[in-house]
Formats: sequence, structure tokens, C-alpha cells
Amino acid sequence: MIEPILQVRGLSKYFGGLAAVDDVSLDVEVGELHAVIGPNGAGKSTLINVLSGDLSPSSGSVLFRGIEIAHLVPERRSRLGVGRSYQKVNIFAAFSVLENCRLAAQSREPRPLNWLQDAVSYGRVLENARQALSAVGLGHRAAVIAATLSHGEQRQLEIAMSLATDPKLLLLDEPLAGMGSEESLNMVELIGELTANHAILLVEHDMDAVFRLAQVLTVMVNGKILASGAPEAIRANREVQRAYLGGADESL
Amino acid sequence: MFYLIQILNAVQYGLLLFLLASGLTLIFGIMGVINLAHGSFYMIGAYLAYWLTKMTGSLWLAIPLGLVIALAIGVVLETTLVSRLYKRDHLYQVLLTFGLILIFEELRSIFFGDDVHGVAVPALLDYSVRLTDTLSYPVYRLFITAVCLLLAGAMVLVIHKTRLGMMIRAGSSNREMAASLGVNIRLLFAVVFAFGTALAAFAGMIAAPISSVFPGMGNQILIICFVVVVIGGIGSINGAMIASLAIGFADTLGKVLAPEYSGIAVYLLMAVILLWRPQGLANKT
Amino acid sequence: MANITLPRVALMLSALLLAAFPLIGTTFYVQLGAKIMIMAIFALSLDLLVGHTGLVSLGHAAYFGFAAYVLALISPKYEAASLWVTLPAAIVAAAAVALVIGFLVVRTTGVYFIMVTLAFAQMLYSVFHDTKLGGGSDGIYITVRPELTVAGIKPLDLENPVQFYYFVLLVMIGVYVLLSRVLHAPFGRALAGIKANESRMRSIGFPVFAYKLGAFVLAGALAGLAGYLAACQFGFVNPEILAWHQSGTVLMMVILGGMGKLHGAVLGAFAYVLLQEFLSAPALLGAYAKHWQLAMGSLIVLVVLALPEGLAGLFDRHGRLFQRSDSNSASEDLE
Repeated sequence: MIEPILQVRGLSKYFGGLAAVDDVSLDVEVGELHAVIGPNGAGKSTLINVLSGDLSPSSGSVLFRGIEIAHLVPERRSRLGVGRSYQKVNIFAAFSVLENCRLAAQSREPRPLNWLQDAVSYGRVLENARQALSAVGLGHRAAVIAATLSHGEQRQLEIAMSLATDPKLLLLDEPLAGMGSEESLNMVELIGELTANHAILLVEHDMDAVFRLAQVLTVMVNGKILASGAPEAIRANREVQRAYLGGADESL
Repeated sequence: MFYLIQILNAVQYGLLLFLLASGLTLIFGIMGVINLAHGSFYMIGAYLAYWLTKMTGSLWLAIPLGLVIALAIGVVLETTLVSRLYKRDHLYQVLLTFGLILIFEELRSIFFGDDVHGVAVPALLDYSVRLTDTLSYPVYRLFITAVCLLLAGAMVLVIHKTRLGMMIRAGSSNREMAASLGVNIRLLFAVVFAFGTALAAFAGMIAAPISSVFPGMGNQILIICFVVVVIGGIGSINGAMIASLAIGFADTLGKVLAPEYSGIAVYLLMAVILLWRPQGLANKT
Repeated sequence: MANITLPRVALMLSALLLAAFPLIGTTFYVQLGAKIMIMAIFALSLDLLVGHTGLVSLGHAAYFGFAAYVLALISPKYEAASLWVTLPAAIVAAAAVALVIGFLVVRTTGVYFIMVTLAFAQMLYSVFHDTKLGGGSDGIYITVRPELTVAGIKPLDLENPVQFYYFVLLVMIGVYVLLSRVLHAPFGRALAGIKANESRMRSIGFPVFAYKLGAFVLAGALAGLAGYLAACQFGFVNPEILAWHQSGTVLMMVILGGMGKLHGAVLGAFAYVLLQEFLSAPALLGAYAKHWQLAMGSLIVLVVLALPEGLAGLFDRHGRLFQRSDSNSASEDLE
């Protein structure tokens, strides 16, 4: 059996005395989408930030491809194959859509400090960038300035930028936030397609999307894992229903 | 005993530095403004001390009079120019306050010339206290130390025990939140700026008798203040105190060990801190 | 890349004008012209840091002055040094200092960065001012300018003001072209990305520290080149060349001229030096001419309040309202 590409063991993050993430363990395999859900303040975003390196953990281990990455800086994790998208859109707003992806693709160039040759002449980098753009469906918007994209398109660009870095693991932090229904459908379809070749950790509030996409579901409450397993089992779980899904309309 | 004198000197220099640097770090921390002209207020204070002492014959009279003038200048400056910098990039703040330095230096040159001036130590304090058979220490320096300590204590009290202090701490950590809680940010900023520059002027005034009054004095000490803020952390009064004393000792130690290179002791200290804790001593990020 | 656009035409015309200038100008103005172009090189080097990488250095004079001192220190007392030896030595020395200081300061951000760059420059100033290393506050004279000899003959006599002018003009154009290429290259694009959104650059895998340090060293080397030329022209080096006033002045040129556009740095240098000449001319302000900095300071304050984009912003305003300081799309030329 192949080892899961991401193995998290006993991960904790404390802010002062408060445990935002408390002894979390989970696995993600390539070809699998592992969704993390929970009420606001459950620690989901903190979890993603610790996994991507934007925050450093208080304790615990994160093994990616067998390598301990818990204390590596974000740029090193990215180069190892971890890609992430942000909850608040985090792109280069003043650059063109293509330039956004081109930069992301450039990060993989083995001679990154080439100082004199014009960047656009690096054919392979451009090609990777264009491929990433068409994978998310933004190929036709390459020349547009990123700031003028619609919200949904900006989120697509976020994903494209991650794809351009050729990641094996995708950490997606609420990619559907603030999207209209049609844009959401497109995004769900995209994520579904990406699952085939990547390991995906998805944090989301949109329950429809989560149940459509996830092979594994983990529920976090107050920083701890309440339950983890197959989506249907989670849906039927009494405790989960009470804490999160239960009662009226939790799907935001 | 020789070391006692050095220690007293180090403490006195450090505390004087603290007066200047505390204003600077508060203005940074609360208003987010980098004010290169802060050193000019130190100079303004010194020149006011010189001029007013000449006119009134007494440094004791000169100081309160000078403070009023310096406060007035500070308030005018804040309302007309500095307030427009709050939302601007640090770059433009640097540029505008650099322009201010040029203006202040030239005004000083026009009104007071380019010579070095002295200010007499007030007769009341113009004696030395015996430490040993051969060594004595000027009382005026002890006076400066005492005054600085008093002011530092008063500052800590205000910041931790009063409403104003609470607003300062709130504004320091989160401006928008403080504003939405009803704090009058405009007024708070004006008060902090006036207070900070008044402190700088006061420092210049009481230091005048021992450091003399000369062109460029403000800018020299401003850079050291920057080092204090870097080491102590922006917005941190405690950090400013620790850093000021550390620099006081580093500078004095440098003068004792290698007088030619004493000027760079401060920067070497800064380099070491940068290697160890880039975010400063007091801030914990 | 060889399209004829308005900015390019303007650049070519300017270069031609500069080249033709010595034919009509007097010796005084030719020397002034060379001085301005040296400052333009200095400003260009800082623009790389400030305008393109977002690193506001208030201590750039450190490398400018250090290179000048290197020339002064290794030049023989009464003969001409060799340009081939001294120029690379000065540039390498400046780059080395930039590497050491950069390693310490690049780890800081925002206001801290501004302060530590200022502080380290002041440290160098103290070294040269307080010690006898470079003649202390008296400075050192360079009695004869370095000479440029190729196989025994001198193609350019740098003592001749007009030939020196052309030498500086060539260097300035060379630096401009070099920086233009660097900014279009992957390295330059990465710098633009760092300026725009540093955290995003990290999360897509760029070793941001290394890039910033690289920019810092390149900027320091080019500042050293300018400092070397300044020392050549002036024939005298003293600690004021490293003073914070010098750092502030060149930063002023970059900001006033408009950051993010290379020609802005050149414009800023021209504007500042010409303004300084104008304001300090006794014919204009009489007895107050020696207080020209009062007028200069006031002007700076006014410009900051009134013109958020600097002088170059004036020219761009009609066309590109959204471009501001970073124009960087795959299809556009970086000037």
C-alpha cells in the first residue's frame, strides 16, 4: 500500500494559552480529497496555515513525502510540492493574469537568478503558465489585469497559480467563499477534476460541495478533531449532528 | 571607582536617549509615522535653551518657556503637515520629514548662525559631589539622570494607569479597532505627537549645558534613536528603556576600550541584535 | 522588442541631446552635466531597490562613498591610477560591503529596514570620520584622475572635461540598458513580484531573502560605480560622501523623479541638481543663496503634498491611470 503523501501527527498550535489547533492527526493520499469542516473558530484556517508554513506549529509532526516539513519556511514547502490557495484572494492584483501564473511557474525554473535574458523568452515557463490557466478555464483571460477579474475568476486564478508550481498536495482554504451558484459549480467541477492527480485538503463551509467532492471528511470543533471518516458515516454521526450539522441550516 | 563614573555616565546618556527615543517609538507605534525631523526638536530645544537663557539669564526660566514654544511648533507641525502623512507610504513620510530637517537646519542657521554655543550649568547645580579622594562627579549630570527617571516613571504611570494611556495602548495595537470603540483618533494623534516632540525638546534643553549647542546635533542623535527603536521594538516603551541603557553602556564601554572606534560600538550592538532577534527585543512575534 | 513607441523615441532624443550638449555648452556646464549624470547613475541604482523591489534604503550613500574611498586609498599619491584596476576594485569593494550589510538588513522589513540601512551607513561614516583610515574628517585628495590605457595608448583622456563627460554618458547609458534588461529578466520579474506581494511569492516557492539580497548587492555595486566616478570628477573624498544627507538626497531624487520607471530616476537627478544650482546662485537670492536648502526643503514638502507620483507621474497621467508605480504585464515594456 502506498503511504499517504501527507501525514499529520499530533499537530498543535497555541496562541498564548489558547489552543487553536489541538492534537490533530490526519492523512491525505494522492487521488483523494480530504475535507475539513467545522463551525467558525474551529481552527480550520489555522490548520491550513500551519500546514503551508505561514504559521509555525507549537508541537507535532507533518510528514510530506516522508520529509518532516513542520518547521520549514513556506517557500521550501512550496518547492517540495505543497500548493495552497488563500481564503482571502491573494494574487498580484496589478499584474496580468498570465504574469501571475508565469511568476508561479518561474519559481520552478532551475536557474532562477538569470539576470539578463528576457523572461518571456523562457518558453517552458510560459507554456506551464498557459497550461495552468487553461486547466482552470482562464486561458481566454490571459492578458487581462488580475484586479479587474470577477471574484470567481480571481479564485480560479488562485488555483491556477498553485497549479503552475506543479504541486502534489493542494491546500484549499474555502475556495468557494463568496461565489455565486454558477461560479461555485464550475469551481466544484474543477476541484473534482484535480483530485485525480493530486492530494487535496479542502477546508469549506459549503456542505453540498463537500459531500460531492470528499472521499474523507474530518470534523473539527474548538481545535480538536471530533470525528473523521467516510462522508456518509460522518453525516450519520450523532455527535457531529449535534455539534455542527444538527438542527437547522448549517450549510452557509 | 573609575568604573562608577563610567556607569553613571552610561546611565545618564542612556536615560537622555530614552527621553528622545520614547517619543519616537510612540509616534511610530501609534501613528505609523516615521519622523526624521524628531531630531530637529532636540536641536530646537537646545537652541531655545541657549537663546532664552541668554535673554532671561536663567535656565530654570528658559526651560518652561522653551517647552511652550516647542509644544506650539509641534502642534502647528502636526496639524498642518504631519497629519497628512498618516495614510501615506513610509517613503513619502521619509521624504517630507527630510525636507523638514533641511528647513529647520537652515532656519537655525539664519537665526542663530553656525557657531557652537554653550549654555551655562545653572548655579544651583554647578558643583561636583565627592566620590573618593580623587574622583568627583558633576551634580548636574545626576540631576539629568534623576529628571529622566522621574519622567520615565511618569510615562509608565500614564500609559498603564490612565485613560489616555489605555487609548495609547489601544491605538498602538489596532488603530481601526480603537477608532470604532470611540477613541478620538485625530486628537489622540495630535496629543501623542505634541508630547513626543516636547519630550525631545526637553531633552535638548537639559542636555545643552553638557553637550553644547551646535549645528547637526539633532540629526546625530536621531540616528542613535533609530537604533534604540530597532533594538527595542517599535511602539514599546519598555524596549526603548532597555535598548537606551544598553546603548548607553555600549557607547561608554567603547569610549573606554577603543576611543577611536567608540562611534561604531552602537552599530555593532545593533548588528548582533539583528542576527539574533530581527524583530527587536521587546516585541514578541 | 524593437517597436517604435513614444517613450522609446523620447529616450533616444534625450540621449542624442545629451551627446550633443558638449558642442554648445561651456566647460562649467559640461562639468555640471557630468555631475548630474553621475548622480543619475546613483539614483538609478537606488531605484532598483526602492522603485522595483520595494526596499526603501536610507543608507545607500554607504556604497557610493565606500567606492570613492577605495579609489582615493589605492590611488598613488601623485600619479594616475589605472582605470582597469581601480574601477573593478571599487565596484567589487562596494558590492562586498553591500553583501555584508545586506545580509544583516534584508531580514528586516518596513520601517525597520529604513532605520537599519540608515544606521549602518552612519556606522561607515563614523569609521571614516573618527579614525585616521581615510584621513579622518579632512578627507583625501585624488590629485590625478585614473587613466584609461589600451595597449599603451590612451583612447580617452579623463582629465579633459568633455571626454570625461562622454565617458560618464556612456556609463550612464550602459547602466540604464543593463537595469532595463535585468528588470525584464526572470530576476527582475521576481523582484516586481516581491514588491507587489511578498508573502505570495514565498508561498509559490521563491527564496525571497536571496532575491532581495541579490538586488541589494547589485544596487550597491552600481552605487559604487557612481561613487567612483564622483571621486574622479571631484578629486577629493571626505566622510560627507557617506553621510545620511547624501543618502537622503539620492532617495529624494528617486522619489521626486517617480519610482518604478527608470527614466524617473534620471529625471529626478536632473531636476534636483539643476534646482540646487538655481537656488544657490547668488544672482538669484543674493545673501540668502547660502541658505538654499530652506527653499529646497520647502519645495520637497510641497511636492510630497501635491504630487503623489513624482515628476514622472505627471507625464504618465494622461494614459495610464491604473499603472501607478508598477507596470508589469507580459506584453508591456518596462522603462
